[in-house]
Amino acid sequence: MKRKKRLNDNIKGWLYLLPALLFLGAFMVYPLIDVFVYSFEEGYHSASQTYLGIGAYNYSYVLHDPYFLQALQNTFLLVIITVPLSTVIAIAVSVGLNSIKALRDFFQTVYFLPYVTNTLAVGLVFMILFRKTPYSDGFINLIIRFFGGSSVDFIEGPYWAKMFVLCFYTIWVVMPFKILILTSALSSVNQDYYKAAKVDGTSRWRTFIKITLPMISPMVFYLIITGFIGAFKAYSDVVALFGTNLNAAGMNTIVGYVYDMLYGDSGGYPSYASAAAILLFVIVLTITCINLLGSKKHVHY
Amino acid sequence: MKIVLQDLTKKFPGRGRKKREEVVAVKDFSFEIPDGALVGLLGPSGCGKSTTLNLISGLEQPTAGKIFFGNEDVTDLPAEHRGIGLVFQNYALYPHLSVKQNITFPLENLKGKDKLTKAQMNEKALEAAHLVQIQDLMERKPGELSGGQQQRVAIARALVKNPSVLLLDEPLSNLDARLRLQTREEIRRIQRETKITTIFVTHDQEEAMSISDLIVVMKEGVVQQIGKPQDVYDNPANLFVAKFLGTPPINVFHGEIRDGMLHIGEEAVLPVCRTENQKVFVGIRPEGFIVQEDGPFSCALKGVEVMGRDISVLSSNEASLNPTVRSIVDSRHRVDTGSGRVRFALNPRKVLLFTKDTQKRILTAACEVSI
Repeated sequence: MKRKKRLNDNIKGWLYLLPALLFLGAFMVYPLIDVFVYSFEEGYHSASQTYLGIGAYNYSYVLHDPYFLQALQNTFLLVIITVPLSTVIAIAVSVGLNSIKALRDFFQTVYFLPYVTNTLAVGLVFMILFRKTPYSDGFINLIIRFFGGSSVDFIEGPYWAKMFVLCFYTIWVVMPFKILILTSALSSVNQDYYKAAKVDGTSRWRTFIKITLPMISPMVFYLIITGFIGAFKAYSDVVALFGTNLNAAGMNTIVGYVYDMLYGDSGGYPSYASAAAILLFVIVLTITCINLLGSKKHVHY
Repeated sequence: MKIVLQDLTKKFPGRGRKKREEVVAVKDFSFEIPDGALVGLLGPSGCGKSTTLNLISGLEQPTAGKIFFGNEDVTDLPAEHRGIGLVFQNYALYPHLSVKQNITFPLENLKGKDKLTKAQMNEKALEAAHLVQIQDLMERKPGELSGGQQQRVAIARALVKNPSVLLLDEPLSNLDARLRLQTREEIRRIQRETKITTIFVTHDQEEAMSISDLIVVMKEGVVQQIGKPQDVYDNPANLFVAKFLGTPPINVFHGEIRDGMLHIGEEAVLPVCRTENQKVFVGIRPEGFIVQEDGPFSCALKGVEVMGRDISVLSSNEASLNPTVRSIVDSRHRVDTGSGRVRFALNPRKVLLFTKDTQKRILTAACEVSI
């Protein structure tokens, strides 16, 4: 009797889970496995849906493809530069916002505006700001010239200039969300801690390092993890700035490479795309695991 | 260290869009706290006692008035230079630091010639921990401690810098009843051992009465009375203080003084001297009732609660401000619950008279011997 009841409960539970499981299975798990399978099918022909054999050739091809290596380098640079910078700046801005009283709501709105603006529209604005054409300089170049520098084409010029614009743009786009999360985290810290620290004569810097940061560390950690993942998956931002022919511009990213392999001019190679996608997955997984391990010591829940 | 408060006033600006009137949290508070005393600031919530504590600590700046520690004017001195230890109501222990790190936290802030070595810090922390008896908990996190242990850690953290003044904000309100009793004795003991001038805030009169050398009763920012607990209890300055102190609370009646006799309702209950005829509030402490068959004061009997040593007689009287008159009498008195009435004689020292308009005490001391 008891066993029967338990079985009934079990069935009921699974029944409740069924809709979610169905959708997750169909749209997440199955494609994931499929991509994994694709990545090992050598010489796959999409029209006839046939392949020559099973092996790691796709990976070898991708890893020797200069475009992929370029994309890998770009993506890593983007991640390494933007994630720490944007987090640090966001913390600084949030702490600043949290300690002013006048105009706080106003500034909060200003800082949040980029978040509700379309990526492509923002990219267009950035392109106009930074561009240099034979006939005219963009606004940024006007400023550089005003201070006595020589103008640079940030959109079609040297690599470092393009990278700079990309990083600048990425930081600018991801900042609002981080500031939003951090200001709410900061305002939920009990004020008594600060009073206690003040009575004990704690300097502002020490208060920040020893009290504020540990208190908001779960949120900072969350932002770092999502920041890493988001930056590794960068694509639309790059398109917005440099157009769709990213390989030619030398500004491709891993996701961009995957897309090009599928649909770009050189497209029609789902096996290569799958191999690149799996590589990205492995990279993100590794970094996230490292993050989780590193957080054990520094994050206080 | 002696603490002197001189006409201390704190006003907060009114909130809201419409220009509201500013809130006076503390008004003209003058008081001299002797060196080494344990003082309880007592009052209902919102009476300004916590604000007073914040003013003394330096976390708030007074609108007017001065504060002296010893002979030094500290009114404009920021909190960290006043040499105070502060224990917060919720303890405010840093949750990510161990007990030991919490206690050494104030020491690590010391700079210049006061700077301590690691060994000195540990020694001081251990000393403070010994004082509050938490030396076995040094490596734990605050989240792994009980409320009472957290309280001790908070006190240790406040004491570790050898402050000249210790301030406690509602130190016992987060503890359960049993722990409260234990902790208040603990606070008393620690205060005696360290001889630090200590001020604590509470809304619990029993707590304040039981351990303080002096209590300050406040209401709406105004000090009502300052004195030794027993003196304040026996001789409250006004009806508010009388009502606030004592459990069970004082019974209040409408009464009238006519021709040298105090009348409650139509009954003449007590002779009073040197007082002109007037209507008054009569406060009678629960222990001021004496069950007596021919007593002058009669009440309708509602019930009897047996408490062992004493019995508590519940009755009602038309002139009473409260529906129930609670009196505590010795258990050797037998109260006949069948009769429906009970008669009392009154102990004149437990009968307090207050004017109807200002609710101030009317002194009738001269007549006390006559009964």
